[in-house]
Amino acid sequence: MSELETFREEVRTWLDENCPPNMRTPKDGSARLPSKPEEVSAWCRTLADRGFTVPTWPKAYSGGDYSKEQAAVIQEEMTRIGTMNPAVSFGTMMLGPVLLEFASHEQKLEHLVPIARGEIRWCQGYSEPGSGSDLASLQTRAVRDGDHFIINGQKIWTTMAHLSDWMFCLVRTDPDAAKHHGISFILFDLKSDGVTVKPIKLISGQSQFCEVFFEDVRALAKNLVGKQNDGWTIAKRLLQYERNMLSGLGGGGRRRGGRRRGQSEGRQRGNSGPSMTAESARRYLGTVDGKLGDLTLRDEIVQADLDQLGFQLTMKRSNEEAKTSGPSAASSMFKLYMSEMGKRRSELMMKVMGYQSLGWEGPGFSQEETGTTRGWLRGKGSSIEGGTSEIQKNVIAKRVLGLPSGD
Amino acid sequence: MALTLNAEQQMLKDNAKEFVRSNAPVSHMRKLRDTKDATGFSSDIYGQMAELGWAGIVIPEEYGGLGLGYLELGLVLEECGRNLVPQPLVSTVLLGAGCLLEGGSDAQKKDILPSVAEGEAVLALAFEESRRFSPYNVKTTADNSGSAYKLNGQKTFVLDGHVAGKLIVSARTSGEERDRDGITLFLVDPKAGGVKIERSTMVDSRNAANITLEGVEVAAGDILGEVGKGADVLDPVLDRATICLTAEMLGLCSQAYDTTVEYLKTRVQFDVLIGTFQALQHRAVDMFCQLELSKSVVLDALSSIDDDREDVAIMASAAKARLTDAARLVTREAIQMHGGIGMTDEHDIGLYMKRSAACELTFGDASYHRDRFATLKGF
Repeated sequence: MSELETFREEVRTWLDENCPPNMRTPKDGSARLPSKPEEVSAWCRTLADRGFTVPTWPKAYSGGDYSKEQAAVIQEEMTRIGTMNPAVSFGTMMLGPVLLEFASHEQKLEHLVPIARGEIRWCQGYSEPGSGSDLASLQTRAVRDGDHFIINGQKIWTTMAHLSDWMFCLVRTDPDAAKHHGISFILFDLKSDGVTVKPIKLISGQSQFCEVFFEDVRALAKNLVGKQNDGWTIAKRLLQYERNMLSGLGGGGRRRGGRRRGQSEGRQRGNSGPSMTAESARRYLGTVDGKLGDLTLRDEIVQADLDQLGFQLTMKRSNEEAKTSGPSAASSMFKLYMSEMGKRRSELMMKVMGYQSLGWEGPGFSQEETGTTRGWLRGKGSSIEGGTSEIQKNVIAKRVLGLPSGD
Repeated sequence: MALTLNAEQQMLKDNAKEFVRSNAPVSHMRKLRDTKDATGFSSDIYGQMAELGWAGIVIPEEYGGLGLGYLELGLVLEECGRNLVPQPLVSTVLLGAGCLLEGGSDAQKKDILPSVAEGEAVLALAFEESRRFSPYNVKTTADNSGSAYKLNGQKTFVLDGHVAGKLIVSARTSGEERDRDGITLFLVDPKAGGVKIERSTMVDSRNAANITLEGVEVAAGDILGEVGKGADVLDPVLDRATICLTAEMLGLCSQAYDTTVEYLKTRVQFDVLIGTFQALQHRAVDMFCQLELSKSVVLDALSSIDDDREDVAIMASAAKARLTDAARLVTREAIQMHGGIGMTDEHDIGLYMKRSAACELTFGDASYHRDRFATLKGF
């Protein structure tokens, strides 16, 4: 047995002995029971004690010092029994990696441990009303005052700020420098005096985003990460992690798959599984001689399926190629392609559903139908947040294709 | 199988790239075209390719081949595609030898396959009769008269049909015009009485022929596979040929893309490099994304053959639909982005679009394969 397979056996045994029944698919295959928040927290602590919430981080910061391959095994084994990693968050996927790279030892001890243990929820203070795609033009000011910085200004589109404890925030510390050179990266508690959080209602009716206002907020100077006025380097690095997270490459708790069992015998099936979109379309459009009733939509469904297939194979190929560490510039394509592809698929589902796609709430529409419609609306943001598709294309043109800059 | 190449495969690809670059760059194809070469490809170059083992990559060792995979053959075709090298690998190896491997008797295989692997034989599969890909649409008849058959009909778009030493002809022994059942494959000597072959001059300067069969006598021993079951041979052979053709298409549109991006980095207008214009940058990125998806799909489709997966037919249609659209996008954008120079015969970029146009239609275009994909998936 290879070392990795021995490790797999250890992980499997440990999970079997330690994962509470409410946090996994029951062994008899029945439906999973609902879990209470305190059970989720307890499971998170148990995983963290073993270094399993952030397996590749150093033990000194509540990680497990595991290799990428071992981390993948842990993830696969957790997926296999249907349990989750409750620590997965902006903290583990975005802030943690940049702290590991740029923060001092004291800062790491103070902030990484609660992230690993799922105790502090973080939000990202980046966009401002006048600084969306042109993020580096941000205006929120931070002025040094003894052991503190005093912060004034406003952030917008701050995801889940109303449910978060702390913010990692880009602030302008030198208003006279060129725009990329006067920015710093600072951390502070959202319970500080002078912080106001207002959720924003979206076209989908949901509110995952907030406006956050700062009025003479005092943030401890020791929580400034990296050098003062050198925050743009950290900001960009974090954006790479964000793109990876948005395109599902982060290897977090929501990763699909694990290995399928019982398929090693006989011919491999490859990509011969059914088309999920076609299955729904069959209900709405009916069939004529076995073909979907609307041949134009049938062709659009095939195009959507082919895009999905090509994209999945490209992610797989890229993962195999990227045995070297760190996110690559090419990962930029995934965010661009995935958001555009997702929008096309939503538009297609709306067409397939016909009048049933127009439901907002109440009787006459199933939960799945209104969910699809809300998802269609929410999905419009996917090519705006985290860098618009147009910005992604600018970045790819310059970094990957090596096309010249206009300025 | 992985979507990355192992060391041997990478070496084969590198060697193919080097061979093609040194021996058959685009100027080679241009010369064949301009001299109206009677064969349409260089027998000398093809002989050298065969010496490198390329003609025998997928032919088992017992018939004189290397017994390697379709992935390896695809890598060679990709490099040929990058330089538009005319060669009879599709007609001879994928279609001709493909039919023999799938349905031929041991005697037929022993008779023909070794000379294919050595690069001596050129084969052609005469299966098309209409204006677009339609392998079951067979009107050519084969009437059984005692121990022999008499073939009558017309075949079109027969790749390398004008120089093939042996033809494989599909003809109807039973059933109606578009039935899948009732098609039989025959090995036909192109010099036999009643065979008339007329070469077509095509936009990509490659070879195809129209073939007329008038009372051509074929012995029962020259039936390939079972009587009436020709489609059982044709289907998997055409799937493999389609997948390998997409590898050639990947090569040709990768090169057209590289050439175009390079042009954007060197051409100056309004005192700036045109590659600084956002309108062109974004379209170049669209091409980049399509090529990235294309690479993955072609590799997986090639692997599906070698791994004997259930989804070879699905992957053939997925790959042909994608590569048809991708090659069309890239080669058309390439012309537009090159501007006036792209319209000249002197510049190579137009040759890429012409070859793409032929590949797009060969073995079915994108709408044909999207329809087939849906049918195979049961909707």
